[in-house]
Amino acid sequence: MLKEYIDAIKSFVDTTIPFLVIDAPVELWYIVWIFIFGGVVLGGAMLFAGLASFAERRVAGFVQSRLGPNRVGPEGLFQFVADGIKLVMKEDLIPSAADKLLFRAAPYVLFIGTLGIFAALPFSKSVSITNLNLGLLYIFAISSFVAVGIIMAGWASGNKWSLLGAMRSASQLISYEIPIAICFLTIVMIAGTMNMHQIIGQQTGSIFSWFIFRYPPFTVITFIVYFIAALAETNRTPFDLPEAESELVGGYHTEYSGMRFAFFFMGEYANMFAVCAIATILFLGGWLSPLPFFILNALFGDYQLLTIIEGFGWFIAKILFLVFVMMWLRWTLPRYRVDQLMAVCWKVLLPISLATMLIIGIWSGMGEWTSRYRGYGL
Amino acid sequence: MLLGDWIYQIIFYAFVALSIGSAVIVAFSRNIVYSAFALLLTFFGVAGIYVFLSSEFLAIAQVIIYVGGILVLVLFAVMLTHKIRDVKLSNPSTSPYIAGPLVLIIFIGLIWLIMTTPWQIKGALEIGGISDIGNALMGKYLLAFEVSAVLLLGALLGATYLARKNSL
Repeated sequence: MLKEYIDAIKSFVDTTIPFLVIDAPVELWYIVWIFIFGGVVLGGAMLFAGLASFAERRVAGFVQSRLGPNRVGPEGLFQFVADGIKLVMKEDLIPSAADKLLFRAAPYVLFIGTLGIFAALPFSKSVSITNLNLGLLYIFAISSFVAVGIIMAGWASGNKWSLLGAMRSASQLISYEIPIAICFLTIVMIAGTMNMHQIIGQQTGSIFSWFIFRYPPFTVITFIVYFIAALAETNRTPFDLPEAESELVGGYHTEYSGMRFAFFFMGEYANMFAVCAIATILFLGGWLSPLPFFILNALFGDYQLLTIIEGFGWFIAKILFLVFVMMWLRWTLPRYRVDQLMAVCWKVLLPISLATMLIIGIWSGMGEWTSRYRGYGL
Repeated sequence: MLLGDWIYQIIFYAFVALSIGSAVIVAFSRNIVYSAFALLLTFFGVAGIYVFLSSEFLAIAQVIIYVGGILVLVLFAVMLTHKIRDVKLSNPSTSPYIAGPLVLIIFIGLIWLIMTTPWQIKGALEIGGISDIGNALMGKYLLAFEVSAVLLLGALLGATYLARKNSL
């Protein structure tokens, strides 16, 4: 597998940037490429986390009929920069009851789980860090690091509230992984592949060939189940029990301050971006245009680069819409109780997702069967 | 040797060192929580070695099952245990003079077995794809697949039965 990527990058380097020909082995190119792209994605995720935290506060202000932060910069746009500087300047406190090593390591483990998802996301037409054949499965696997990171943070803090928050969070994560896995399976069944680029490729055509409009209304139900479970996976309201401030002070990151707290904070928003990106790819056609054509291509001619740029724009626009829906829900709905949370997962979402998977499986199987035997008098 | 091969070698041995080093912590750490978290690195390192063996599916399945499932379960159990730091061993090893040679004999035997077994090495494409694995599970190995499914269902039902407040 690795060889294939390297060959692809070698041909890319050889054909597109001939003026950069340095006599270096392709593996080195590959590593350089990974570092550059990884750095860009990390920077982008941080920028998104900052802007999203600002947007969230403004949305909250709007929903609750108040102003929200509007002093730093135009309309308060640079509030997140000020907050970021404040967090960097703060003292990095480690409680004396904490386990020093694990306390320091926990934010990184959590961040691996979140940023690892970005490695397999197709940002636009044939643009992704790695084009894994098992991309969807990889995303599911790497995100399990988040649960370990949260437990690590909660236990290492040496604080009962943190541990309780971590326990709640981890049990929530592993429970809601199951409906998510079944939603993934449904999509893999329709697409017949786990490669993210190919999943999007299966949805080309008009807006009605997006997976959300296939087999109506069952994939819509799958989408709703995925979205609810994704809310729980990102610990957002109405499933934000791990951070229930009225009962747990602050959840698994109660004891964290300064830059380490910022890591958790950014991890939460990056995770939000990631789950919305997955929803976009699986159900809303990823970087595909909702119009029957790409606007830039229609205006300036059929250049591949324009398609890539506009595809990226559509991808981000769809994600931002879903992120906005998440914020909207947060400031509209009250919080569930722990037992209600588990009941929703095991008694509502799981049966629904299993039933839709079965129905879609039979439906698609029937279509295949009739088309295969149509010529034989059936 | 080419520089590219060197990079492969470095990454491969980094994964090997990660797996073995963290496995040593798992075995010898006095703090059981450190053992549990070092297990994370062991699983990750082994997954990396699977990638080098061109079996991506196995690597990803390893992470899903062991990190996402078993490790989290182990962590739950460890953290709900009272007084987990600095466990006092109630049964210290009685005689290293018997255990040492025994372990050495088993080690040499295993190495000898690995060296002399005629391994059947297949091409990466023959074993790598998920559609092949799916076809094999639903075709040739259907009985084993169904039996393990029934076993897991039984375990699930048993756990639910034990967790009931008023057992029947």
